[in-house]
Amino acid sequence: MKVDRRSFLGLGLGAVAGVVVSPVGLKLTDDSSIWTQNWPWTPVPVDGEVSYDSSVCNLCPGNCGISVRKIADRPVKIEGLAGYPINDGGACLHGIAGLQYLYDPARVKTPLIKKGDKFEKISWEDAITLVAGKLANIRKGGAPQKLACITDKTQGSVPKLFDRFLTAFGSPNLYTMPSLESCLELTAQTLHGNGNTLGFDLENSDFILSFGAGLIEGWGSPVSCFKANASRKKRGAKLYQIEPRLSNTAACADKWIPIKPGTEADLALGICAVMIKNNQFNSSTFKDGFNRFAIMVRNKYAPAKVAGICGIKVADIEKIAGQFVMAKRPLAIPGRGRGRNGQSLKEFAAVHTLNCLVGNLNQRGGAFVMAKNDYLSFPEAILDGVAEVGAGQEKLAGSVDEFVTKLNAAGKPIVDALFVYNANPCYSLNEPKRVKQAFKKVPFVVSFSSFLDETAMEADVILPMNTFLERTEDVPSQAGLTKNVVGLIRPVLKPVFDTKDPGDALIFLARALGGSIAQNFDWETYADCLGDVTAGIWDSLSENGHVLVPPKPFKEFFEGPPDVDFTFLATNPSTVQAQGDFGLTLIPIDNMRLLGAMPADSPFAIKTVSDKVLIGKDIVVEINPQTARGLKDGGDALLTTPVGAARVKVNFNEGIMPGVLGMVRGLGHTFDNKFVSNKGVNVNDLIGPQIESGSGLDAAFGIKAKISKV
Amino acid sequence: MIQDKKEHKFGMVIDLDKCTGCGSCMVSCMSENNIPFKEDESRKKDSITWMRVYKLTNGKSFPDIQIAYLPRPCQHCSGKGGHGHSPCVSVCPATATDYGYDTGIVSQIYTRCFGCRYCMGACPYHARYFNWWDPEWPAGQEKYLSPNVSPRMRGVVEKCSLCYHRYQAARDKAYYEGRDDIEESEYQTACTTACPAGAIVFGDLNDPSHMVHQIVKPDPHPDPMNKYVVDKSRNPKVFRLLERLGTNTKIYYLSEREWVRKAGDNYLDGEWDKVKNHHGSSSK
Repeated sequence: MKVDRRSFLGLGLGAVAGVVVSPVGLKLTDDSSIWTQNWPWTPVPVDGEVSYDSSVCNLCPGNCGISVRKIADRPVKIEGLAGYPINDGGACLHGIAGLQYLYDPARVKTPLIKKGDKFEKISWEDAITLVAGKLANIRKGGAPQKLACITDKTQGSVPKLFDRFLTAFGSPNLYTMPSLESCLELTAQTLHGNGNTLGFDLENSDFILSFGAGLIEGWGSPVSCFKANASRKKRGAKLYQIEPRLSNTAACADKWIPIKPGTEADLALGICAVMIKNNQFNSSTFKDGFNRFAIMVRNKYAPAKVAGICGIKVADIEKIAGQFVMAKRPLAIPGRGRGRNGQSLKEFAAVHTLNCLVGNLNQRGGAFVMAKNDYLSFPEAILDGVAEVGAGQEKLAGSVDEFVTKLNAAGKPIVDALFVYNANPCYSLNEPKRVKQAFKKVPFVVSFSSFLDETAMEADVILPMNTFLERTEDVPSQAGLTKNVVGLIRPVLKPVFDTKDPGDALIFLARALGGSIAQNFDWETYADCLGDVTAGIWDSLSENGHVLVPPKPFKEFFEGPPDVDFTFLATNPSTVQAQGDFGLTLIPIDNMRLLGAMPADSPFAIKTVSDKVLIGKDIVVEINPQTARGLKDGGDALLTTPVGAARVKVNFNEGIMPGVLGMVRGLGHTFDNKFVSNKGVNVNDLIGPQIESGSGLDAAFGIKAKISKV
Repeated sequence: MIQDKKEHKFGMVIDLDKCTGCGSCMVSCMSENNIPFKEDESRKKDSITWMRVYKLTNGKSFPDIQIAYLPRPCQHCSGKGGHGHSPCVSVCPATATDYGYDTGIVSQIYTRCFGCRYCMGACPYHARYFNWWDPEWPAGQEKYLSPNVSPRMRGVVEKCSLCYHRYQAARDKAYYEGRDDIEESEYQTACTTACPAGAIVFGDLNDPSHMVHQIVKPDPHPDPMNKYVVDKSRNPKVFRLLERLGTNTKIYYLSEREWVRKAGDNYLDGEWDKVKNHHGSSSK
């Protein structure tokens, strides 16, 4: 057949018409768009009935009430619990992201034992038998004080059970990680006597003078502080923020007063001096040492001198003092950043003295001196002969930092076994390198942990714990709140892995040890124990999920202002200075989007971190352009301190004082979780501990540093 | 079947003086809407954040510098004259994004989207994100995903839906209880309920009983200076982002601070002073 022009065109046109009219083309396009999008590995979440469980979050000391939405019995969302006395419906990003912790890639799924450099799985029975065997040997040696324990806090039945375990075992060596609560207790004890703590009535104060307290950076009970801050405008309450960097708190304050880092105590005492000079104070409850204190501040903290130390004007000090005194309900709050790491007793006491002088103690909108939460009644501890020997021993150190220092200093091991519960000292104490060294000197370390974090990696045995979503626990409010709320954490689902409540693990262990130790833990389960020891409030606690202790009106709870003892400050204890002699000062920045301590952050939290804080794997350091000679905005630099050095990126920030470098706290984890770890550096690696004499606190909030282009 | 036939115009007003930049809204949004995460989220252009909080500064030097935070969900543009021709809706060749005349919400239908990303180019607010990779959850984490929002796949665009599934749930509940209308509190977005500072107010801009209407006070007449601009706020402290474009966004912002209001658009030298008293900012 001859193909001429006509038939060629006819065929061509026919083919085109055929393709256009035929549905095959459309069908194929449609199919390909469907099939290219229906990836079998895109999950299809199961639908079902919706229900809500209420519980309490304990990711930080805030202890907010949470409502967990479940679909087909599967928790899918955490939100703030409306009506809860601490957070009333609000929630922070860490709590909302809480479900990610259940399935965290770094979770410890079964008990683990270290063999060489690796962890191997082991059953609960074998793990407990092994730990009990080691502990029994320590007791046989007759030196039960050689068991030590590090926990996160002292309040609540679980920390008390660890305390009880050590008592029954015969060791006084229980240490807690630094916290705002422990600083407040120490301050209250120093100024008002034993058994007290402090609370701050932020919601009702009309003038808050904050010495670096990051009210919206996660200080205290974060959501409660957010709410108090948000209501300021309506109430006409003022906030003055004193700190070297324009933090978010400083940004929303009525006035930001930049001062040189580490001079907060000096400024507070300078303001005291002005108030005393002008006779603007209320001395009715002053007990000891006030005259000596007054003379001391007049001589040592004259405004002219303080102005030089802090880098502000004399007139400003007098103005702040004037405004503080003239306010109707003034309130001074201590605790740089979150108020957790690097705090000093001198500073806390100096700031709180402003409250004492202005006479706002136990007044609406003022500082509350409150008795420590005391709702638990444990049966009296039973001590056998060995335990009594240990009970007579001195505690090895005054604080966890001092404990670590002593472990390192000793030639032979001074403890034979160490428990760590819900704490990550190998990350969150200053200079974690030395903490890891100290851990290596302890022959047997047991970690009670939900995650295989830096500290758990150093352990010989890891007993996996339920997360806050899988456990039962009572959590008393703390961290500067003026109300005593005991919340009840209730499991919202069955444990995802082979994990236990910490209380159950201890009961299990005590039973394996037998003898008087087992007698002290004579409960079938931790749930039974909790019902027993909270007997007085258990009914309402289990029914409502929380109890206000004591449920009395304000006036009956506080009987007038407490006595004030000035003897500590009258001696003018020395201020801890930043270590080293480089020209700049590096300060850690507490950022609300990073938890900074225990546990490590969730992937969602890391996702919210700004690219001015973290770029790829590089941490970004803030510097004032005036100080940044030779550096480029966004460029690379080498940051050196007396303790270490790190490659960083530079961010020019007009919101930080010249001469100061700011580095965020909470990055630079090194454990196995690609979403969270190996991002930036841990600022604690660059800061060495500076122990404050007397209090034993590590008061190093910063260190001298230099920075150079690379 | 739509039970609730009334014409709504859902929107929000965000108080930038209350916003602390804490990030709760961002995480609440991620957790509510099954938003994935990957190893490196520091390249913000490919980091999917339906709600993103920007940091603003007044550009001054130490110690006069000030900062503020601006949360940015999808702005749910009503388009020129408020007729529903949002920038993204106008360019979508697949009708994968559409304007809901009954709600004022700009939708995104993942299974229709074929990933041309015209809408991303058209959006003046960078509110849309493209899935360059398949989402991957670490083993077990898919168990916390919500069935109310479909997980997306590689090759599609996604963005804030004003938690439309919460509207559907509220409507279903109202229908079941034999009611015609839903209460203000029954439909609130995840970011609104999460904000610990109470900076976000969400509701129906058409309903004078709703708080958002009372704060924004939308002008019933088009702006005399620019006929494409409608629903301009009559509150001098309230502004919208790039209002002069006539996109007629339904996300309003509130601030007492003039420099923050000025940051809502790019003004020429001296221009701001001429227009700043016209309802807070200019739409000329």
